[in-house]
Amino acid sequence: MGAALTARPFGRAAVMVDVAGDDPLPTVVALTRALRERADPEVADLVPAARTVLVLLHELPDGAAPPGAQTRLVEVVRSLAPHLAAVAPSDAGGPIVEIPVVYDGPDLDDVARLTGLTTAEVAARHAARLYTAAFVGFAPGFAYLVGLDPALHVPRLADPRPHVDAGAVAVAGEFTAVYPAPSPGGWRLIGRSPVRMFDVARTPPGLVEPGARVRFVPESAS
Amino acid sequence: MIEVLQPGPAAYVEDLGRPGLASLGVGRSGAADRGALVRVNRLLGNPDEAAAVEVTLGGLQVRFRGDHVVALTGARVPATLAGVPVAGDTVLRARPGDVLVLGVATAGLRTYLGVRGGLVVSPVLGSRSWDVLAELGPAPLRAGDVLTVGRPSGPGPVAERSRPPAATGPGASVRVEVDVEPGVREEWFGAGAWETLVGGSYRVTPDSNRVALRLDGATLARAGGGELPSEGLVRGAVQVPPSGKPVVFLADHPVTGGYPVVGVVTSAGVDRLAQLRPGDALRFRAARAGRREAG
Repeated sequence: MGAALTARPFGRAAVMVDVAGDDPLPTVVALTRALRERADPEVADLVPAARTVLVLLHELPDGAAPPGAQTRLVEVVRSLAPHLAAVAPSDAGGPIVEIPVVYDGPDLDDVARLTGLTTAEVAARHAARLYTAAFVGFAPGFAYLVGLDPALHVPRLADPRPHVDAGAVAVAGEFTAVYPAPSPGGWRLIGRSPVRMFDVARTPPGLVEPGARVRFVPESAS
Repeated sequence: MIEVLQPGPAAYVEDLGRPGLASLGVGRSGAADRGALVRVNRLLGNPDEAAAVEVTLGGLQVRFRGDHVVALTGARVPATLAGVPVAGDTVLRARPGDVLVLGVATAGLRTYLGVRGGLVVSPVLGSRSWDVLAELGPAPLRAGDVLTVGRPSGPGPVAERSRPPAATGPGASVRVEVDVEPGVREEWFGAGAWETLVGGSYRVTPDSNRVALRLDGATLARAGGGELPSEGLVRGAVQVPPSGKPVVFLADHPVTGGYPVVGVVTSAGVDRLAQLRPGDALRFRAARAGRREAG
């Protein structure tokens, strides 16, 4: 079964790959893995996201990729498409990271109202699942975790908060995440955790890397 | 060694950044005007990626504690070394105790102070670049900081003088035009958005920084509503939030973004944009179709 991929040059040193379909993430994971394994010398970095993979190429001093490199990568992606077996993010089999959470976020009541659950049920359902880090983006250490109970899928805030604390545990759409650092944010905050998601003094610096699995462990407020 | 007496409005250590860490959510960062950093390093016989001081709008004062060979590139700024006026894009010899004083930049925004041997500060995730968005790297310079200078990697060339190439030098109050290529999200924009971008004139707003230039000017119509799922960004990406006012990403852009990108400015164009100040005018010009595939 082939995957519906569209690869196009993006600027002069990157190729944007769009994944079509209702459930693009398994193909995103499969393509990212396939490109990593190939280790094409032109490729400097990969940025997988919800339905795209951005391929960053090595640049010449003028900031453009070497002539032909973008076209070659487009061809590489086209040649991979028919052979990609979609990989469910949860099949990645990464290590399990346990993250303690106090479920007392400022949006917990709203999430309960939106989902028709009690706040205790929201917390229980959030803590019941084993999640997988599909990709890391937005900010250092911000891991997009999939596997969220469909009952907890809620839209982002209409007006993002200008400030979200580090350690805030949040949900938006099919994802849940822990904010690694203070930042603006539009996700709904249901809890808080003392863990440091990103620390440059640590190797690796990210607590949750792509492919890692995460379990949230409820704690009572102290 | 170099002692910082005054950093001016903002001064950072920057090199060519930390590519390859996007999967950690860490962007490349590095000098905002890469061309000016490379130029100062080539004047001094350093490798292109050696770390230098990126000075914002001038105002830096430093005292040299040893014999050093230094140079200034990028934004033009009146400067004195040991009390004697000195020019940019020129190799200068500093003796122990000499003080270098930069005035307010007269054209452009970011001046690079390079030193032969490069600045040696502890790298963070492989780079000596401060990323203002991720707040990662060597901290912004403060009065009293002392910077260690590396040993030159050999006799190496030291250029006597070099003229900045006109194409990438800081614009002297002329209207800046930069080349932009179309992005890949045509379906997110109304008819004529691209023509508006390349036909309109824009002005840099005060909430611009190393992350992005936020622009005022002709707004770009988006087609319909809806949320674009977050996707990878590149330096030079021209993003269009719901307001329709374009945002051009510079060195410290986030790894991913959730608004559609209408076009991508060339690397040389981004270097020029990194020299613009709030209030400066600019235009986008459709890049020649050279290497772009049709359809």
